[in-house]
Amino acid sequence: MTEVLSLHDLCKEYETDAGPVPALTSLQLAIGEGEFVAVMGPSGSGKSTLMNILGCLDIPTSGTYMLNGRDVSTLDENELARVRSQVIGFVFQGFNLLPRISLTANVALPLVYQRIGRHERLNRASAMLKRVGLSDKLHSLPPRISGGQQQRVAIARALVTDPRLILADEPTGNLDSTTGKEILQLFQSINSESGITIIVVTHDIHVASYASRLIYLVDGTIRYDGPVGEFSEEGAA
Amino acid sequence: MIFSLLGEALQAMAANRLRTFLTALGITIGVGAVVLMVAIGEGTQKRVTDSIASMGSNLLIVRSGSTTRGGVRGGHGEAPTLTAMDAEAITQLSGAALVSPLVTGIVQAIYGPNNWSTQAVGTNADYLKIRDWKVVDGRDFSDSEIVGGIRVAILGKEVARQLFSDEDPIGKSIRIKQSPFKIIGLLAEKGQGLDGRDQDDVIIVPLTIAQRQLFGTQFVGTVSFIMVQASSAETMLSLQHSIEQLLRQRHHLSQRADDDFTVMNMTEVTNTASEITGMLSLLLGAIASISLFVGGIGIMNIMMVSVTERTREIGIRMALGAKRADILLQFLLESVIITVSGGIVGIVLGIILAVWATHLFDVWVLISALPVLLAFGVSVAVGIFFGLYPARKASLLHPIEALRYQG
Repeated sequence: MTEVLSLHDLCKEYETDAGPVPALTSLQLAIGEGEFVAVMGPSGSGKSTLMNILGCLDIPTSGTYMLNGRDVSTLDENELARVRSQVIGFVFQGFNLLPRISLTANVALPLVYQRIGRHERLNRASAMLKRVGLSDKLHSLPPRISGGQQQRVAIARALVTDPRLILADEPTGNLDSTTGKEILQLFQSINSESGITIIVVTHDIHVASYASRLIYLVDGTIRYDGPVGEFSEEGAA
Repeated sequence: MIFSLLGEALQAMAANRLRTFLTALGITIGVGAVVLMVAIGEGTQKRVTDSIASMGSNLLIVRSGSTTRGGVRGGHGEAPTLTAMDAEAITQLSGAALVSPLVTGIVQAIYGPNNWSTQAVGTNADYLKIRDWKVVDGRDFSDSEIVGGIRVAILGKEVARQLFSDEDPIGKSIRIKQSPFKIIGLLAEKGQGLDGRDQDDVIIVPLTIAQRQLFGTQFVGTVSFIMVQASSAETMLSLQHSIEQLLRQRHHLSQRADDDFTVMNMTEVTNTASEITGMLSLLLGAIASISLFVGGIGIMNIMMVSVTERTREIGIRMALGAKRADILLQFLLESVIITVSGGIVGIVLGIILAVWATHLFDVWVLISALPVLLAFGVSVAVGIFFGLYPARKASLLHPIEALRYQG
């Protein structure tokens, strides 16, 4: 199995007035190609910090983060932006679509920053909207469609650059359970059909159950790393 | 790359049409005001210098001094100190190309049932040459007519129109002060003069006959003023001095006595007038620039609000791979597009208003390329200058903070 990312002795501290506060301590982790991983943990366990570092939105205080065979823990802002653009696709809890532009334009947005021509951008965006089942809403505006549909658009936007890794932060947090289930099934089918690695951050064990591997964080360290089926929250805590 | 960012900027502007329009309006008014005001300033300047130039080039005007009668002082030209003989003497000076003594006054001209009050000018054959005034119909005075005091006249366009309407005046006789004058020529149209009077409302007759029959004064041979054209611009100053010396000598003025005449250097007058009107253009332009500046501040204000409002959008764009430079460029493009489109509309508006103003009010406008291009350049510069700070602020947002922003 090819490795997509690995963390070695990764630490993250936040500077506060009372001195540095550790958020992640000495993480060791390797995730292979095609894995569907859920990251769980109580509030303040460092889930979001890990997500930001994995998503190249933040850099670790120490340790290394190998992504796609490259150490990205020491990159500058411009290089991080390029990595985000080419390797990573984001799906957020609040969808984070631009409300005033069409669905197609939203999906095409990441391609703007890959300097891809307008014609190709729109073609790839509409093809991707078709794939998530929204081919009849290409020119709608985001506020006009349901939450589940908005999240599908966000997934199409994450997929349009053909990334190696999709990071989803509470992707079903704003959805009812039925719609949430559909979105998670969509993630599953993307994972199995395209072999794209998916990491979902959640606090909900039902959401995590769609993944094959679960990582449980407490106080910035990994307490459990293994198959979802064998996990019990009481044992990890 | 700049094209796709341009597309993003246009999309964002289209999403906020009213605000974009109102922001651009500030620049439109500013640029329009600059174009209009500079056009009026330059038009006035050209108008003033043109009318001085229409009096003739390299021109010196000698006027008689003022009189004092029992403590009451008259204006320049009152004292009967200049004579045709003075003019004759000036002709002998080196550097004096053309010399023309003049007497002027208001007369009532009559032709058939028509009569018209107009200015009569008694002068010699040099007068029309100095003023570069062509006889378009008929002929100029001959020397014998000037010297012999023959009753002939050349008419300005306006007098001809008033007395003869459609009739051809050449060869006809008009009566001035009971004497018949034969019309020998018709002058080209010259338009309004510096003093606002119609220059075409004039009758020109030989000096001698004017002195004798039209403006008989107690001082025989005096003239109102003398126009002297210098042979070149360089000789004007020295010619002015030699005229002053010559006339002091001829008028037997003692060392301590004041001049009983004045010599006006029209080139200097032109320069002064053009300096003053140039200052007027500058002042008008400067006042209009204030509104352009205010428009620029409006842009900055709106862009700051826009950046705050779109903090989350900026975070999303950064998460999707936008570099800081991409964000900076997008916001900068937005403000430049607003100012450039506002500026173009402002230029068109300014030109339309300028043309409209000439029809509606008594103003002259001159629209030249330089101020228009300058106004356009300034509006681009305003967009960059006032857009840079908000754009930089946008680009320096941290992606995580921006994504977390609740707006």
